[in-house]
Amino acid sequence: MSATTHDHIHDHGHGHSPTFAQRWLFSTNHKDIGTLYLIFAVCAGLVGGLLSIIMRAQLQHPGNTIVTSGQEWNTIVTAHGLIMIFFTVMPALIGGFGNWFIPLMIGAPDMAFPRLNNISFWLLVPAFALIITGLLLGESGSGWTLYPPLSNSTYESGPGMDFTLFALHLAGVSSLLGALNFITTIFNMRTPGMTLHKMPLFIWAMLVTAFLLLLSLPVLAGAITMLIFDRNFGTSFFDPQGGGDPVLWQHLFWFFGHPEVYIMILPGFGIISHVVSTFSRKPVFGYLGMAYAMVAIGVVGFVVWAHHMFVSGMSVDTRAYFMAATMIIAVPTGIKIFSWIATMWGGSIEMKTPMLFAIGFIFLFTVGGVTGVVLSNAGLDQILHNTYYVVAHFHYVLSLGAVFSIFAGWYYWIGKMSGHQYPEFWGKVHFWVTFIGVNITFFPMHFLGAAGMPRRYPDYPDAFAGWNYVASVGSYVGALSVLIFLYVVFRTFTSKVAVADNYWGEGATTLEWTVSSPPPFHTFEELPRFR
Amino acid sequence: MKSAGRRSAIAAALAAAATPAAAQTPAPWQIGMQAAHSPVEHGIHQLNDLVTWIIVLITIFVAGLLAYVMWRYNERRSPVAGKLSHHSTLEIAWTALPVLILLVIAIPSFRLIYFEDRVPAERADMTIKVTGHQWYWQYTYPDAKGLHFDSYMVHDEDLRPDQKALRHLAVDNQLVLPAGKNIRILTTSDDVIHSFFIPSLGVQRYAIPGRTIETWVRVDQPGDYYGECNQICGTNHSVMPISIHAVSPADFQAWLAQAPAKFSNAAIDTPVRVASASEQ
Repeated sequence: MSATTHDHIHDHGHGHSPTFAQRWLFSTNHKDIGTLYLIFAVCAGLVGGLLSIIMRAQLQHPGNTIVTSGQEWNTIVTAHGLIMIFFTVMPALIGGFGNWFIPLMIGAPDMAFPRLNNISFWLLVPAFALIITGLLLGESGSGWTLYPPLSNSTYESGPGMDFTLFALHLAGVSSLLGALNFITTIFNMRTPGMTLHKMPLFIWAMLVTAFLLLLSLPVLAGAITMLIFDRNFGTSFFDPQGGGDPVLWQHLFWFFGHPEVYIMILPGFGIISHVVSTFSRKPVFGYLGMAYAMVAIGVVGFVVWAHHMFVSGMSVDTRAYFMAATMIIAVPTGIKIFSWIATMWGGSIEMKTPMLFAIGFIFLFTVGGVTGVVLSNAGLDQILHNTYYVVAHFHYVLSLGAVFSIFAGWYYWIGKMSGHQYPEFWGKVHFWVTFIGVNITFFPMHFLGAAGMPRRYPDYPDAFAGWNYVASVGSYVGALSVLIFLYVVFRTFTSKVAVADNYWGEGATTLEWTVSSPPPFHTFEELPRFR
Repeated sequence: MKSAGRRSAIAAALAAAATPAAAQTPAPWQIGMQAAHSPVEHGIHQLNDLVTWIIVLITIFVAGLLAYVMWRYNERRSPVAGKLSHHSTLEIAWTALPVLILLVIAIPSFRLIYFEDRVPAERADMTIKVTGHQWYWQYTYPDAKGLHFDSYMVHDEDLRPDQKALRHLAVDNQLVLPAGKNIRILTTSDDVIHSFFIPSLGVQRYAIPGRTIETWVRVDQPGDYYGECNQICGTNHSVMPISIHAVSPADFQAWLAQAPAKFSNAAIDTPVRVASASEQ
């Protein structure tokens, strides 16, 4: 096995350069696949972002008719959620940064299963095509949670909903294969001397994430299969008229769906740890606490799913349990926040763009985290459930949290990945415009939710007009920040300045900084020594 | 459209000031919860005040720490980095302290959810059955020989001049309830999942086909209370608001006496049976 891998490396290392199709379509190289994932995530993110701008334009004033029908609106809401989760945040953090930096950080030549890696990426492309088909057909208006009966064939009769469900199947298989690859790689291919307790925190984050994917996605796949059977083959798993139960779907969906939110944020935790440590020129404070806090978040994340269902008619004792279990997650999350601050404490902090995004992440994630404590209270959730308070909460942890960690990672590693450095001034401009835009967009949503504005509404009572207008203006600022980001990308790739191996200096201590920028096609043909 | 939106917002503000305090609608530029008009909502407000204070203080504390380290340990002020990376006491402190804060929140939370669950001491004065439909609500009074009627939203072009501020909230037939009585609410649905949601009364339960879910309300005083369907239910999800008209018990009896004639179902002794709903 290892001999074959070795020969293969020699093939590529010496002599023939692969054709375009060989290199990019049939790629088995973790760096190229990581690059493909990142390009894919940016493209999907632009589509998902465009949908959010359409939604904010519609909500800018009550009575707008930019989106002409409720069904069309619901389809846009569904596609926005699914695209941002499955085709933007996950490919960027897991497929993109995971593929690029797991082998580089653990000193491995590549992933354990390079061909599996290739199919993981290429399953995502048809999945995205199916999602877009569902969107264009206008037949998947159930929200990303796909609750039956609204998603069954009586109420969504067209094939658009089936396209959406199959898209999730494909995206799920893609992530599942990726998770297998990550777990195998991390357990078996660490360079000699790198014990589990010496792994970089990003690797810990990816390991926990991969386990969450491995355990939760099969449950989603089962639920989706049952729903497809209900829709097309006359079964009634979720149909009460045939003895089924719509609430069963909610349990199955959220058994996947809640770990999914940690799947989206844990890799970000890893990136933020490295960025904070690098730019404070200090090792991460409380390494073991940080690693096991992520493990704890992963474990507890599996037993809190029904807090999404506090008004679904569960017994009061069940609600009491899920409330208590959910509140406990605040503890390991708090450990992480305080450990990041303690990492900065006593450091020598350099305020480069990645650090700005990391500090922005810590603050905004705190805001999103504390509103999570409010929502975890079943008693308060009774009137906050499904309101804009929830929308504000999960955008603070995802649109601000996870996305800020993606940008922190991008600015931190782009010099390493591409060999071109980003323009510092424009990076900072990008940060500030993003920070201002997303806060103007999402902070007023807390007010709308507290006042009782339901989510997934294309039109609303006039009293909600004021804050909706503010949020819409904020989203246009956010759109401007995306354009600035594209300009930064353009400037980065046209930059002629050579980049050193370790351009961040003494604070950057992980193995990816020991190879050249960009790294050669094949790295670590000889395994590096690890202290 | 823009100026129309602003004009209607101003109109809403004026109307909110003009109508009696008991008309419970959200207000323009509101930043907190709607005023409480039921024992449950009073409880929700109390807990929300406590939790909001705690989370605001925590956020300010974290923001303050971040600002301090950014200023104090900036490379200009602190050119040489220290090496501090372990401190057991500190780590135990920031694990234990959040646990204590969560306990402070949890104790009143448990009290609240058990209070919200059922009519106190199982003494319901009456029962109301709420059935969600695409896209209207059906209200049934099982204690009044199954009196029932449908409640649709009043569309923009049909709003009376005095209803202009109630766009997307006003309905043709309000759910009439006696104030000061313990009312058991049973929700179910005839098609997809809806959610019966009235913020100012602290009421929300899904309406799920094939299930009957119980909750309760006691409206403090007569008045009009508004809510909306709060679970995505198809193309007209935003077009099935909820409006409750609470009256004194005497007025409620008077209303009950004339209601069967008004809704032309005097002859019907039993409610229309929903195949999926479990009748006792």
